[in-house]
Amino acid sequence: MPTLTINGRSLSVDAANDTPLLWAIREQLQMTGTKFGCGAGLCGACTVHVNGEAVRSCQTMVGDVAGKKITTIEGLSAKGDHPLQKAWIAEQVPQCGYCQSGQIMQAASLLAKNPNPTKEEVVAHMDGNLCRCMTYSRIQKAIMRAASEMRTASATSSERRPT
Amino acid sequence: MNEHVKNVTPETTDLSRRSFLVGTAATGLVLGYAGVPGIETAAAAAPASFEPSVWYAISPDGLVTVTCGKADMGQHIASTMAQIVCEELGAKWSDMRVQLASNDPKFNDPVLGAQITGGSWSTMMNFDAMSRAGAAGRIALTEGAAAAMGVPASELVVRDSMIVHPKSKKQMSFADVVKSGKATKTFTPDELKAIKLKTPDQYTMIGVSVPQLDIPSKTNGTAKYGIDVMLPGMAYGAIVTPPVRFGATVKSVDDSAAKKVPGFIKAVTLDDKTGTTSGWVVAVASTYANAKKAAQALKIAYDSGPNAKLSSQALLDEAKRLQGLEDSGQFFVKDGDPNAAFGSAAKVLEAEYTTSINIHAPLEPMNATAEFKGDILHIYSGNQFATRSGAIAAGAAGIDPKFVVMHQMWLGGGFGRRLDADMMIPAVQAAKAVGKPVKVIYSRENDMTMDFSRPLTYQKVKAGVDGDGKLIAISHDVVSAWPTARWGIPDFLTPSVDKKGPLDSFTVNGADFFYTVPNHYVRAIKNELAHNATPSGQLRSVAPGWTFWAVESMIDEIAAATGKDPAQFRISLLDGAGKNDGGAQRLRNTLLAAMGLSGYGTKQLPKGEGMGVACVSSQERATASWTACVAHVAVAPSGEVTVKKLTVATDVGTQVHPDNIRAQVEGAALWGLSLAMYEKATLTDGGIEQTNFDSYTPLRMSQTPEVAVAVIANGEKATGVGEPAVTVVAPAIGNAIFNASGARVRALPITAEAVKASMKA
Repeated sequence: MPTLTINGRSLSVDAANDTPLLWAIREQLQMTGTKFGCGAGLCGACTVHVNGEAVRSCQTMVGDVAGKKITTIEGLSAKGDHPLQKAWIAEQVPQCGYCQSGQIMQAASLLAKNPNPTKEEVVAHMDGNLCRCMTYSRIQKAIMRAASEMRTASATSSERRPT
Repeated sequence: MNEHVKNVTPETTDLSRRSFLVGTAATGLVLGYAGVPGIETAAAAAPASFEPSVWYAISPDGLVTVTCGKADMGQHIASTMAQIVCEELGAKWSDMRVQLASNDPKFNDPVLGAQITGGSWSTMMNFDAMSRAGAAGRIALTEGAAAAMGVPASELVVRDSMIVHPKSKKQMSFADVVKSGKATKTFTPDELKAIKLKTPDQYTMIGVSVPQLDIPSKTNGTAKYGIDVMLPGMAYGAIVTPPVRFGATVKSVDDSAAKKVPGFIKAVTLDDKTGTTSGWVVAVASTYANAKKAAQALKIAYDSGPNAKLSSQALLDEAKRLQGLEDSGQFFVKDGDPNAAFGSAAKVLEAEYTTSINIHAPLEPMNATAEFKGDILHIYSGNQFATRSGAIAAGAAGIDPKFVVMHQMWLGGGFGRRLDADMMIPAVQAAKAVGKPVKVIYSRENDMTMDFSRPLTYQKVKAGVDGDGKLIAISHDVVSAWPTARWGIPDFLTPSVDKKGPLDSFTVNGADFFYTVPNHYVRAIKNELAHNATPSGQLRSVAPGWTFWAVESMIDEIAAATGKDPAQFRISLLDGAGKNDGGAQRLRNTLLAAMGLSGYGTKQLPKGEGMGVACVSSQERATASWTACVAHVAVAPSGEVTVKKLTVATDVGTQVHPDNIRAQVEGAALWGLSLAMYEKATLTDGGIEQTNFDSYTPLRMSQTPEVAVAVIANGEKATGVGEPAVTVVAPAIGNAIFNASGARVRALPITAEAVKASMKA
């Protein structure tokens, strides 16, 4: 049985190595925040992080991620209070909400590397994530808001550092 | 209002035969419609499967849980219902909760008499009932508090879940009153009707953009959609669908290879007596991944059936043939005599407009979980039409619909797709065959190729103008599959004006516009070939999504042919004469608002850029949200079109939640753009060719232009906003392309080739 390191926990899954990670997460581990959308890497609904990189879990096989650090929407923050999640609420982004776990995970991988993205960088990074309700402008606004808050928080924490 | 709205009146909806009941119970204060006046409060307070309906309950801790009988597919209707209740109840917003209703008829829409979510009807048709429910609760709580405090109820003030007696400074919370057990009051229908509701100047909740109650759960993965349902001991089903959309039958199934897949349980060939599916097989296994593998391993031989050679072109050819026949179809509008008027007209214009097959493709693929427990069939699925879908599920199981319990879930997109119940049939028959609960999940390929699509449409419009440039006649034929006729519910059809039997008004709504045109025919023609080969459904905005493409393009063509500004020409036609009084003026004002916000006509645009207008009375004449759009486009010499900005104005009467209206209007407008420019499905050899998001390509972030929204709230009755803006965008873009380049496009989606070809012509 492959063992997966998900959201800081080590969990064994009863799934063959060629099982898409998506289904192991959803069915074996019953973490259903990660969504199935297309099964072909075309919509981004199933986005999770593997070693910090946003990947499509429908295209990632269980056997390929053993020993790697996997993060799902359930593990992005302790209390659903990642700056992106707070920004998603502040901007009232979700409509049906189905794509939003994937959108947030995709956006989180951007902000982890680029705390001050331009609009163009946001669009380029997010363009593989479909939102059928077409909440795109609010997604952009929420990413910009979260980026700004993360920069402020990081500036504040470095200011407070004793010199 | 359409006939169906008046006609669908099962006995369960007639409020005149009910009592509105307030009673206390161990679980708290329960409010709802009691089936029989004077029913024991305890019966209502401890609701069992067949007890009277319940709109909300207040628990002893003061939380108010509103049960929403509408499918919530992202329009936040559950939160909206809670907001309307909250306004009259006087509760604090942070005390409000929502839950989704089962298919118990007690949760039927008070106007429609069924559980169906569509038409942008929900707010409009539930506003009064939810307001009265809220007010009745406030009255009951106030009287209870008055008794407990020993003061006159008339001296009490209710606000933020508190009931205060200013004179004595005494106060009780809703929770205190519920716990005291003193809230007991039954309202007769007349008493309910007599409750004096707040006037808009007294509103403290309606018109406020409160935080939507469902949003936090949609940012942390906890919102449960149908696909997330997990039942103990359940198996998974993957379906195998035939290469033709409809009409195939299974000749044989060879499961020898599937048997080698670990966890494979059984291949079940559907025996669908409801006629919803044809030639489907479901592979059942221990996990979905295994079910998929098993499905791929099945070797199935089909009889491809009567539609196996059909293509989009064949459907279009048939539409043209039907339109050419004198006696085709039925009349939806028959004013004056256009044919006589054409004879005397100074100028006659004729044009054909088409729209392609379109696929709903909500991001949550179709799915359903079925479980037989004793006599009861439980269905877990996000669905927009519990009343009919429950009956389909029952039909698939061979049981009476009263034994089906539908468990509503959040919908990962609906857009009309989840009005259908096809996904329940494989789940039910698989669960029956293997003796376990089964969750069936469509692959994206299943979902796209077996969509109940927006039908291919063909419209021919003929217009006559007199010597003064006045529009005197329009004759408009609409040929399509009939999505609503497929339901087999007579109440949802509309009698034809020429008394040739009922027609599907959900193919012609919108063509009965608010322009004053003395001679006006609209003919609804059913394309039987398309109806059978591509069973169609209601796709966000339904008929107005194509009728206004034709009408609003033709109005522009007439303006151009008579040398008039297209916006001014529309304004002249919206004179409010006769039956158009009221609506026409509101539409005119909305158009003016969109023109103002977009700067229409105020500045010279660069070469190759243009603005186009359109205005619509979507969804239906009697339920319209008056909506106008100005599209600003740039057209390259190659014919490539860039939509630079969409400005949409909409008159919604009363806005419950301003921010949500803007979100819905923006989403709808972008749907309109997506359908106008990016989404096209085609039929070849009887099958839908597009299978995933690489070949069927809805709008992405990089294609999203700025959308400016103006909402007009003028105190009229609240109307709907989920759909109307879808319908106004395509003609506005088409008209903008003409303004920018002189190219007239008449087929959706718009392609660079078509624009370029028209430029040359």
